[in-house]
Amino acid sequence: MAALTSTEPAAGSTTPAPRAPRKLGFSQTLGRWDVKVSPYLYISPFFVLFALTGLFPLAYTAVVSVYEWNLLGGQGEFVGFQNYADVLGQATFWKSLVNTLSIFLLSAVPQVVIAITLAALLDQNLRNATFWRMGVLIPYVVAPIAVSLIFGRLFADQYGLINDLLSTVGLEPIGWHQDRLASHFAIAAMVNYRWTGYNALIFLAAMQAVPRDLYEAATIDGAGPWRQFFSVTVPQIRSTVIFVVITASIGGLQIFDEPRLFDSGGLGGADRQWMTTVLYMYDVAWGNQRDFGRAAAVAWMLFVLILAIGFVNFLLSQRIASSGPKAPRVKRAVTRRLLAEARSAGAAGRGATGTNSADSTVTTTDRRDS
Amino acid sequence: MSSVAAVAQSAGKGAAKAAARKRARTQQHGTGSAVRRPGWVTYAVLAVVLAVSAFPLYYTLLLGSSDQVAISQRALPQLLPDPSIFAGFANVMSSTQINFWLALTNSVIISVVVSVATVLTSTLAGFSFAKLRYPGRNALLVFVIATMAVPTQLGVIPMYILMSELDWIGKIQAVIVPALVSAFGVFWMTQYLDSALPYELIEAARVDGASMIRTFWSIAMPAALPAASMLGLFIFVMQWTMFFWPSIVLGSQNPTLPIAVQNLTAGYHNDYSLIMAGVFLVTLPLLLIFAVVGRQLVAGIMQGAVKG
Repeated sequence: MAALTSTEPAAGSTTPAPRAPRKLGFSQTLGRWDVKVSPYLYISPFFVLFALTGLFPLAYTAVVSVYEWNLLGGQGEFVGFQNYADVLGQATFWKSLVNTLSIFLLSAVPQVVIAITLAALLDQNLRNATFWRMGVLIPYVVAPIAVSLIFGRLFADQYGLINDLLSTVGLEPIGWHQDRLASHFAIAAMVNYRWTGYNALIFLAAMQAVPRDLYEAATIDGAGPWRQFFSVTVPQIRSTVIFVVITASIGGLQIFDEPRLFDSGGLGGADRQWMTTVLYMYDVAWGNQRDFGRAAAVAWMLFVLILAIGFVNFLLSQRIASSGPKAPRVKRAVTRRLLAEARSAGAAGRGATGTNSADSTVTTTDRRDS
Repeated sequence: MSSVAAVAQSAGKGAAKAAARKRARTQQHGTGSAVRRPGWVTYAVLAVVLAVSAFPLYYTLLLGSSDQVAISQRALPQLLPDPSIFAGFANVMSSTQINFWLALTNSVIISVVVSVATVLTSTLAGFSFAKLRYPGRNALLVFVIATMAVPTQLGVIPMYILMSELDWIGKIQAVIVPALVSAFGVFWMTQYLDSALPYELIEAARVDGASMIRTFWSIAMPAALPAASMLGLFIFVMQWTMFFWPSIVLGSQNPTLPIAVQNLTAGYHNDYSLIMAGVFLVTLPLLLIFAVVGRQLVAGIMQGAVKG
């Protein structure tokens, strides 16, 4: 933002200055001005709106969190870190953190595993390939709240279809809305339902970009399909795996819609057994407490946690990337992803962008689906 | 005019890339058809996945065609949906618990306005980032990419305070305005235009005396159309299904469709037949869109995945 605001007036003020020898006509001056200012003008909607509705609120959350601030009463007096102390002293906050992490792990891990498997199935020479690809994407158009209401019935404690099936095979019905871990499974199932197919398509795209001669070489070396999958496919798509995991963790730690509508109470169950942190924040701000100060403290702590997890992801992925085999033909994509992660982890400032610099003239492989 | 990107750039870059891509594609296709087709196990597993994907929607139809009493006694009240689902739809539309038509109008306005506007702002910024040259460009692009990882949802409290200062609480502009730009969209369009728009075209337009905005509108916009329509589709789905922020700032007085569905569950005793009819009704428009342009959605995800 700083760069933008400082450059724009500068460009505007220097350009119209007439050069000594020849005189510019009005249209020429206008044309120069057009050329200098337009690029900034075209990107300004994004920066202005993002600053107003993205960055400013996030930063201002820190301000709200050190004041007494109510939904109705507005800003009160400065209280320092009292809101943080209050929140940290509430057992529900800790419970919500554990719930969030538990639901996140239960959804992210199976999701990635199933999505890769599904992608491997789709990455064969299927008849009606588009039909199957569209098939796995159906859940994507179902709104999370719709998924939540539907799965709330499927996982109903009484007369739920899942429990019905369990009892027909002779198992005890499970208290999906009573038991803490069981409710996490149910909510993770909703997340997985909506996103597994989507991620499978992302993995599929990455798999199709793996140069086919690698498989030919592996075949010549005597590697079977399984060996090829684990020794060629998985290492080749690891940057995509990292990308998906990071996206999933940013979204997964902010999960709200699914737990909100899992029962009609909407506050994570009688014992808050599936209350997530964002749901907790919502309850503090707009529920019973109506305490914006404390809710802002919750938001800020979750923000720091997400940053921290992003950073850990980045470190892990860097190790994975450096220990993996060299793959020259997709190297640029890997570098670009790592750079993107570096930025996303808040550790920006590594080298050039890679997207627009001169080296991009060299197109190595076709990485697009036909 | 030495600063014009079009003049400074070496000619033929875009064309060369496009040609390389085309060559690679046909090559890949050639080897692909030589590979033998997979066995029935693959199809069987995929069929199961398809069934699992579709079943929740089918189940919604079943519960929606059933009645409250049957649902409270059996998990599977019937095996096939029947025409009483239409009575369910009618009940949802005329329910006093929610304002269905208002919610539908709001959802349509929000989704359409936001997708069109986001596509425009993103394409404009993408054109600037991909094809124009100016100081600070790379740094700004890095900034855009970095913002994709910022959990802006956590800024809801100041956002709410801001909206109440503007007196926008309960008004749909509170949902529309913050959604008018998208970092993902900017990045997406930058990536696409970088490879799809040859510099020669821009150069030609500039030589012919077109202004920057004219160049954008007549040259870049048509070239960007395939990616722009995909982006619009994604934003539309995102807005149609969005719940968190609208539910906070709009409330049940001026709902969108997801909020209306939530309001169906607000009664003391839940009528699941009605709720499921509502759930299906809200999902139906996206299912219809999916039936028509699902192919493009698939292509969009795969293209975006590889590039972004």
